[in-house]
Amino acid sequence: MTPDNAIRPDKAGIPHTVSSEPFDPHSVEQLSPEQERYFLASQWKMMWWRFLRHRLAVVSGIFLLLLYAAIFVCEFLAPYGTETRDHKAPYAPPQALHLFDQGQFIGPFVYGYDFKRNEITLKPEYAPNPAKVEKLRFFCPGEKYEFWGLFEGRLHLFCPAENATLHILGTDKLGHDLLSRLIYGARVSLTIGLFGVTLSFLLGIVIGGVAGYYGGWVDNLIQRLIEVLRSLPHLPLWLALAAILPKNWSALVVYFGITIILALLDWTGLARAVRSKLLSLREEEFCVAAQLMGARPSRIIGRHLLPSFMSHLIASATLSVPAMILGETSLSYLGLGLRRPIVSWGVLLNNAQDVDTVVLYPWLMAPAIPVILVVLAFNFFGDGLRDAADPYK
Amino acid sequence: MFAYVIRRLFIMIPTLLAISFLIFVIIQAPPGDYLSTVIAECQSRGESGCEDKMKFLQDEFHLGEPFIKQYGYWVWGLLQGDLGYSFEYQLPVSQVVGDRLWLTMIVAFATVLFTWIVAFPIGVYSATHQYSLSDYAVTFFGMLGLAVPSFLLALVLLYLANVYLGISIGGLMDPQYIDQPWSWGKLHSILEHLLIPTLVIGSSGTAAMIRRLRANLLDELHKQYVVTGRAKGLPPGRLLLKYPLRMSLNPFIADIGSLLPELVSGAVIVSQVMSLPTTGPMLLQALQSQDMYLAGSFLMFLAVLTVIGVLLSDLALAALDPRIRLGGGAMK
Repeated sequence: MTPDNAIRPDKAGIPHTVSSEPFDPHSVEQLSPEQERYFLASQWKMMWWRFLRHRLAVVSGIFLLLLYAAIFVCEFLAPYGTETRDHKAPYAPPQALHLFDQGQFIGPFVYGYDFKRNEITLKPEYAPNPAKVEKLRFFCPGEKYEFWGLFEGRLHLFCPAENATLHILGTDKLGHDLLSRLIYGARVSLTIGLFGVTLSFLLGIVIGGVAGYYGGWVDNLIQRLIEVLRSLPHLPLWLALAAILPKNWSALVVYFGITIILALLDWTGLARAVRSKLLSLREEEFCVAAQLMGARPSRIIGRHLLPSFMSHLIASATLSVPAMILGETSLSYLGLGLRRPIVSWGVLLNNAQDVDTVVLYPWLMAPAIPVILVVLAFNFFGDGLRDAADPYK
Repeated sequence: MFAYVIRRLFIMIPTLLAISFLIFVIIQAPPGDYLSTVIAECQSRGESGCEDKMKFLQDEFHLGEPFIKQYGYWVWGLLQGDLGYSFEYQLPVSQVVGDRLWLTMIVAFATVLFTWIVAFPIGVYSATHQYSLSDYAVTFFGMLGLAVPSFLLALVLLYLANVYLGISIGGLMDPQYIDQPWSWGKLHSILEHLLIPTLVIGSSGTAAMIRRLRANLLDELHKQYVVTGRAKGLPPGRLLLKYPLRMSLNPFIADIGSLLPELVSGAVIVSQVMSLPTTGPMLLQALQSQDMYLAGSFLMFLAVLTVIGVLLSDLALAALDPRIRLGGGAMK
């Protein structure tokens, strides 16, 4: 083509108006720096932006982060140890925190209790005594503890006034401080879900990966196995498995035993997701290329196939944490899960077995509140992650 | 359809066999067995004839034999309707279990009904009124229903029902009706006592169902044919009922499959709290004392219940949706 044919009347005499200059798209559409940032952002960055738009998920994420940070410093946060008993205060009701006494500002304090045993029912009775103003101390030396069993410490975030006791959430039958036990219980209850999910994540990826990548009879076999596991009611099976754990195992071993039990029935959903994705992905060119270059199946699955939908997997794993936490709570509540002296929220709730408890000592049900909050937070957080997992939608 | 039913029934056989094997492995797994406990007790009391007793028990229940043989005997018995023998109650399992199985099925059935009746209108409402205040409220309560441990809900509701409705605590009927012949009073009492277990067991299932129905219906509502229908002047109620709702019903029925295992799990824990004469307390007790045939037959019963539930939901789906009974849906 010659340059002079740009504007050339054709046979009908209408001028041809296509310019022969090379077309520069930027001349038409100028990208603002903001748009440019958006279009050039990496996948993970876009997920992050998208996640931030889900307010509830962000708040839940921060809440969970704080809780998980707290389990590192339980000893510091809790005013008492888990086995410390206040012999003078069995079944003490929660002490309300006050700021003002008779119109005067004092700072956070509680009224001390007058203890009396009911002569007929023998039930302990407590009456707050307005004369006993017991001011809380902060960053104070209190009960001795061994920090992570490594070194001794005495520093607490807050402790009772000198020669006084402090039970903000009340005590149980033996006089254990409920708030302290609740704080320590977080350590077990929160981590058991994470470990369990990690385990079921591994199981799901490996088993689902094998089924999806190889297909054929392997796939068929695994599919049937998953179907069987899914058609079984979880709790009775958990119970049966938990009944296998020998009674003389140490606390730590029982803990891992329960984690494994929880994970054993949970991996099926994830394995299904992995399988169905792999079934379609293994036909892609990049996968065939990797095969021709002689990569081993484990490398192809792990290096080339899984990363393409890792974000989805992480989101669905997050959504299965609450089921694990509730599972642990239910098992321990029924007495077949964790056992004393381990302190977990389920073990604490084990004290609230019957309606009498609801009537007489309602504060023993307090450990349910963190359970509900954490489960809710994980659900919202997982929802946000799931929405963010596919930022191109 | 007939071919589909036959195919579906054939799939059940290996599934049930696998389940029974799994269950047998689990109930056999604890170290030691009931027999050794009995012998130890017998010897510690210094009774004579321990050897004979052991021999008798061994012969009767094949206790000393290899694992596979024991499994074979158990399954063979199950096939003939013989559930085995409960060591602890010293009765055949079928006699110990008796009415409990029926009661469990009644509770499960009532709960499925409850879940549907509640989830259906609420799900439809919150989907058609997306992002309204009531939609948020429903979503919030749904989330809460998923998050509250069921035993806790049971405890609190039991207390409330006792205080405000005057329903006696625990059990499935008022004490005066136990072991009485059936009467209207008894039926009424049972229905009254079914209220709370149904509410508690159904709460998480209902919440999940509402969320799923809402999501499905929302997907359908944004499709072209709905717009077309509306543009052609169909009244909104008719438009909703006739097309999108029917489409979103599929997962509703398919859900029985996943709902039943959840219900049974919930039923175990709730019946423990509420001392309902259903399966929960007995299963727990049997598991703790290694009463293996009782526990095994129980687990097997629960599994069969869910497998049949899944079968029924699959058949209903196939009847409703020709794509499933004609295509490869069954293979997926």
